[in-house]
Amino acid sequence: MEIAVIDYKGGNVQSVLFALERLGVQATLTSEPEVIRRADKVLFPGEGEAASAMRELRAQGLDELLPTLTQPFLGICLGMQLLGQHSEEGGGTDLLGILPFNVIRFPNAPEYKVPHMGWNNLQVLRSPLFEGLREEDYVYFVHSYYAPVGDYTIAQAEYPAPFSAAVQYKNFYAVQFHTEKSGPVGTRILENFLKL
Amino acid sequence: MLTKRIIPCLDVKDGRTVKGVRFEGLRDAGDPVALAARYAREGADELVFLDITATNQKRATLVALVRDVARELDIPFTVGGGIGTVADVEALLLNGADKVSINSAALARPELIDELAARFGSQCIVVAADARFHEPDGWQIYTRAGTHNTGRDAVQWCREAADRGAGEILLTSMSNDGTKDGFALDITGAVSRAVSVPVVASGGAGSKQDFTNVFQQAHADAGLAASIFHFGEIGIRELKEHLRADGIPVRL
Repeated sequence: MEIAVIDYKGGNVQSVLFALERLGVQATLTSEPEVIRRADKVLFPGEGEAASAMRELRAQGLDELLPTLTQPFLGICLGMQLLGQHSEEGGGTDLLGILPFNVIRFPNAPEYKVPHMGWNNLQVLRSPLFEGLREEDYVYFVHSYYAPVGDYTIAQAEYPAPFSAAVQYKNFYAVQFHTEKSGPVGTRILENFLKL
Repeated sequence: MLTKRIIPCLDVKDGRTVKGVRFEGLRDAGDPVALAARYAREGADELVFLDITATNQKRATLVALVRDVARELDIPFTVGGGIGTVADVEALLLNGADKVSINSAALARPELIDELAARFGSQCIVVAADARFHEPDGWQIYTRAGTHNTGRDAVQWCREAADRGAGEILLTSMSNDGTKDGFALDITGAVSRAVSVPVVASGGAGSKQDFTNVFQQAHADAGLAASIFHFGEIGIRELKEHLRADGIPVRL
């Protein structure tokens, strides 16, 4: 199985590569369109800021390529947000437009620090991605912006209102949390993705 | 519901874990990679590695250690200690660190926080603040492994760090560190109220009740400790069970 991890200077890709290595899977870190197109599975990690990530994707032509992919695709953290239409981050940024959500910032509230950072539980699981998991299993989040709940939501979490912890449209799956850093629960989600 | 985090801190020197009382009298507490894996299995929510010699001595091994830990560990970890440049931070993040904490370098040149946040995102930039209480000035910020008083007010500095883009504040009370008399509830509560980013309380943990207190009374988002975990005085699971019984949300 050929697994491509998309390299667009989008943050901590090494953790994703190590997580796959712990599963005994060899992955290729690449920004080559042909390698990505040919892969059996594509992972799209991301950290940092949406506007600079989009600039990098455009510079490499990946903004044109990614929406055309047909194999199972997993966005992680910023890699999930980038699949939406538009983000409030950095004064407003157009995204890849694969899913219909807009990305908005958590409101500042005394009891709810931003970023939403730490382990939160998953609710309303509805995807083979979460095979073997229980509602209330914990995963690790670090983010200041979020996608609201919609038809595309396949898992949600609360901070304090419900938001999309995971989304799906056709072959495009994506998780807001760091599945590569979420202990045995996160490992199981990666395994489930590799079986799709 | 977002849970309160329990974070073992591994102070490393020359690739080994050590922990002293008030930064002196170091004792060898084991191999960092083995300890990291053990803590992850026992339910630690995150780990922090502080290279405590890095401010005054060159570190050649930290990047290699980060890589070894990242290969093994499936929970997040932060690395700090003598980190002073964008290039330092980039090397640590590229090798698998989830967050990097900066301390003396941020105080020497606060714009560094803005630069790091703009380059890598606030979510991976932790500002570590070492505070000590003394009359009549109150809580002041120290640097260079606790040897130098900056004369800065602790709450004001933490607020500035968060405003400049720090995604988290790691607040260590040097007045409490190593005493096992409990966290500094007053300054932790004051900083937690003053900033809109998460605050990790550090210094002074000696009992399970100390963690309950810092979460309930000082509104810390995470509690960090070293020696009580390294020497097996408190197990992470029993600590979390205690917290849950006290009504504090934890991941068990």
